[in-house]
Amino acid sequence: MSQFKTSYEQDLRLATKRSDVFWYGLLLAVLLAIPFSLSEFYVGEMSFVFIYAIAGVGLMLLTGYTGLVSLGHAAFLGIGAYANAILLSEGVPFAVSLPAAGLITAAAGVAIGIPTLRMTGLYLAIATLAFGAIVVLVGEKWTSLTGGFDGFPVPTPTVLGFAIEGPSGVYYMALGILVLVVLVAMNVLRAPLGRALVAIRDSEISAQSMGINLAFYKTVSFALSAGITGLAGALFGHYVRHLAPDSFGILLSIQLVTIVFIGGLGSLHGAIFGAAFVALLPQAIALVRDDLPFGIGRLPGLEPSLFGLILVLVIMFEPHGINGRWQKLKRWFLAFPLHKRAAFRRQKTYAKTDRLR
Amino acid sequence: MSGSTGYFSARDLAMRFGGIRAVEGVSFDVRRGEVFSIIGPNGAGKTTIFNMISRIYTPSGGSLHFDGQDITSIAPHKIARLGIARTFQNIELFTNATLLQNLLIGRHCHSTVPILSQLLHLPSVRRAEVEHRRRAEAVIEFLNVQRYRDQLIANLPYGVRKVVELGRALCTEPKLLLLDEPSSGLNVEETEEMAFWIEDIKKDLGITIIMVEHDMKLVTAVSDRVLALNQGRILALGTSAEVQGDPEVIRAYIGGEPEPAAEVAA
Amino acid sequence: MDDFVRLLQLVINGTAAGCIYGLVALGFVLIYKATEMVNFAQGELMMLGAFFAYTFVGLWGLNYWLGFAMAIVCTGAFGYLLDAVVLRRVIGQPQFAVVMLTLGLAFIFRAAAGAIWGYDAVGFTTPFTNRIANLGGGVVLGQDNVSIIIGTVILCSVLYLFFSRTRMGIAMQASSQNQLAAYYMGIPVRTVFSLIWAISAGVAAVAAVLLAPVQMVDVNMGLIGIKAFAAAVLGGFGSIPGALVGGVIVGVVEQLAGYYLPAGSMELTSNIVLLSVLILRPQGLFGQVIRKRV
Repeated sequence: MSQFKTSYEQDLRLATKRSDVFWYGLLLAVLLAIPFSLSEFYVGEMSFVFIYAIAGVGLMLLTGYTGLVSLGHAAFLGIGAYANAILLSEGVPFAVSLPAAGLITAAAGVAIGIPTLRMTGLYLAIATLAFGAIVVLVGEKWTSLTGGFDGFPVPTPTVLGFAIEGPSGVYYMALGILVLVVLVAMNVLRAPLGRALVAIRDSEISAQSMGINLAFYKTVSFALSAGITGLAGALFGHYVRHLAPDSFGILLSIQLVTIVFIGGLGSLHGAIFGAAFVALLPQAIALVRDDLPFGIGRLPGLEPSLFGLILVLVIMFEPHGINGRWQKLKRWFLAFPLHKRAAFRRQKTYAKTDRLR
Repeated sequence: MSGSTGYFSARDLAMRFGGIRAVEGVSFDVRRGEVFSIIGPNGAGKTTIFNMISRIYTPSGGSLHFDGQDITSIAPHKIARLGIARTFQNIELFTNATLLQNLLIGRHCHSTVPILSQLLHLPSVRRAEVEHRRRAEAVIEFLNVQRYRDQLIANLPYGVRKVVELGRALCTEPKLLLLDEPSSGLNVEETEEMAFWIEDIKKDLGITIIMVEHDMKLVTAVSDRVLALNQGRILALGTSAEVQGDPEVIRAYIGGEPEPAAEVAA
Repeated sequence: MDDFVRLLQLVINGTAAGCIYGLVALGFVLIYKATEMVNFAQGELMMLGAFFAYTFVGLWGLNYWLGFAMAIVCTGAFGYLLDAVVLRRVIGQPQFAVVMLTLGLAFIFRAAAGAIWGYDAVGFTTPFTNRIANLGGGVVLGQDNVSIIIGTVILCSVLYLFFSRTRMGIAMQASSQNQLAAYYMGIPVRTVFSLIWAISAGVAAVAAVLLAPVQMVDVNMGLIGIKAFAAAVLGGFGSIPGALVGGVIVGVVEQLAGYYLPAGSMELTSNIVLLSVLILRPQGLFGQVIRKRV
């Protein structure tokens, strides 16, 4: 039974229904308790999900909400990871190195955002692809800074004298940053900034005639997205404990885009769902590997092919991603037994040409 | 306000695309508070003029002035803050947002809260948001679209979308409203409603309106003055009856009969 | 004189490499011009063409030219099926979705190829392998490179004649410019698009076979797609001659960078070229600037 709204303020609240507060509170309590109840392996897996989720939120703001496709976002993960690790190794305290890594990565976001302001969809995607490749190559060559192929060990962070180490340490760090990032993202979405981004995504010309400065907001979007992804990168560094430049290449970028896509473009829930999916997929495959028929499980290259297959199936049959399905499910339950079949059938869409012919 | 040049004025406006002269030597003034219609056959350059005013195109020649300011080459996003709003011929709404969100985006040019405050959702942000909401709701009430408030534009019928387009422009609290074919795609009743709204916008809100239109009934009903264009040049300028009776105008419409001078709606 | 000869050699090697990039880019552009879809699996189509050719010529020992032709036909058929079965279902979805779809397909193709043919690099002999052409004056070229350049020129001439002189070719041009009008003219647009995919895949197969003497066939061959992208962008994404010119430029710049700049600059160079073109002149050399009409 939903409540009736009696003031505009209610629409602004993060949790519009009292039941939401209950359920999310419960979720948080469960998440906080996990390191005490599950084995280190699962704690590690969950940390990985959190880190991917943070990066997912970052990319979702850029791609899902502003409509700017980035195929090179792993570069920001890398920049954040290395910035944090390098600062820590120079003796900078963690409480400074972490936000600094975010800011440095945000600056990198501005660096790629500004030259690409006039680029549309496809060209922007290719430009970010090139950018990602360049960052990795620079990382490999600038051995004095990054240690090149030898890698860079990530020092253990300490806060107020306590060393944050072990799977639980990384877990709580990642969870904390995730909650923070999600709150910031929600603040963005209920403010003029969020609306401006969505406007840019749906119609740049209209957005301009409403007074939205495209250059400014696109740059802000890049900066915010990169900064958040940089934070994820820093945490990633603590998760893997040892950094190498080639782990931040196109494969990781594609994984990030998949998170955003499979999760459902344009929804924060989607970023989390997608992250859970992509992060846990390798483990899921490993579990069922032996049970697959025809010895498929023993083939090398199973993982990327399943990855690809899922991507293809999702786009063909549920382009709104996991979040899309989730919304449909909720609507079905809420309307049952009065739901109409037609409401859940996908509308036929027609190709809209971008060309002026 | 100076007497010779109007509230809004175009002087020797020209737009050339390669060898094509879409608009050539167009000059006109619009008085404050009037409804000024631009008519002409397809390809006459009407929407091109609008696109120049809202700075989608930069004029190849001539100048545009609004409220004493030269707006010929200012940045496109600054138009809204100056008080000029427009609707688009083919509806450029934000389709993946709700009606309310579209209207709230229309409030953007009145948003002054810094980005950092927004990220932290400070009380100042909250107050500003409630105020924006209040004003958007006023527009919703004016246009009577309450029941569509939370629906995605993608799910709304064409007639409603046209109204939302108008509402979004109104949310910017414009002094000058550019309506690009407000009746296109609307049936008779919807067009009559549109006529009422244009009258209300002019009388109650005191907004000056420049309108591109094909529907002569609508033009005759609401316009104070009419400008007729053909092939980028001015044919006639005057009251609706004068322009529709002008032989040049009649010829431009290829023998089309002008509408008999109808009574202006009371 | 030596320097000149070396420069000439680099340019010719670069041109040959560039022809391959150009052919793959041609595949991109053909599909894009027709359907506005970007096929990120184009490189993998080339890989499949290479493996088909390897199977026919290398494994089954068929005559080179016969195997060549069969590879083109098989890859073309594969391309046709790909469009008919998969791509047709996603018409109307935003471009980004199609990008992701073809990326997913690329993964699947790579894994499937690995499962069928294994992950080792393999090769097969061609009439041009390890043969040289001595042009005099100290300029020595591998026949493989020469065959690439000549093969590309022949293919492009054939395609040009096809698109401008045959009914099907003109129908394809019509369909890519205005789908609705083409329908009204009785052109079976969907079939035409599948045929364009077939041609695109066939072109990729030709590129693969031309490349065979120079490079081994392996599952990761498709990564050439990124360089082909640079070529397509440089040429202007809607332009067919542009794709080739772009490819040659990328190939030559790469070779020159590889020789005159410090080690490891080659890959960096192609990416920097790509980024610079996108920033400074996004419509490339021959593309048109398009604008949305409101």
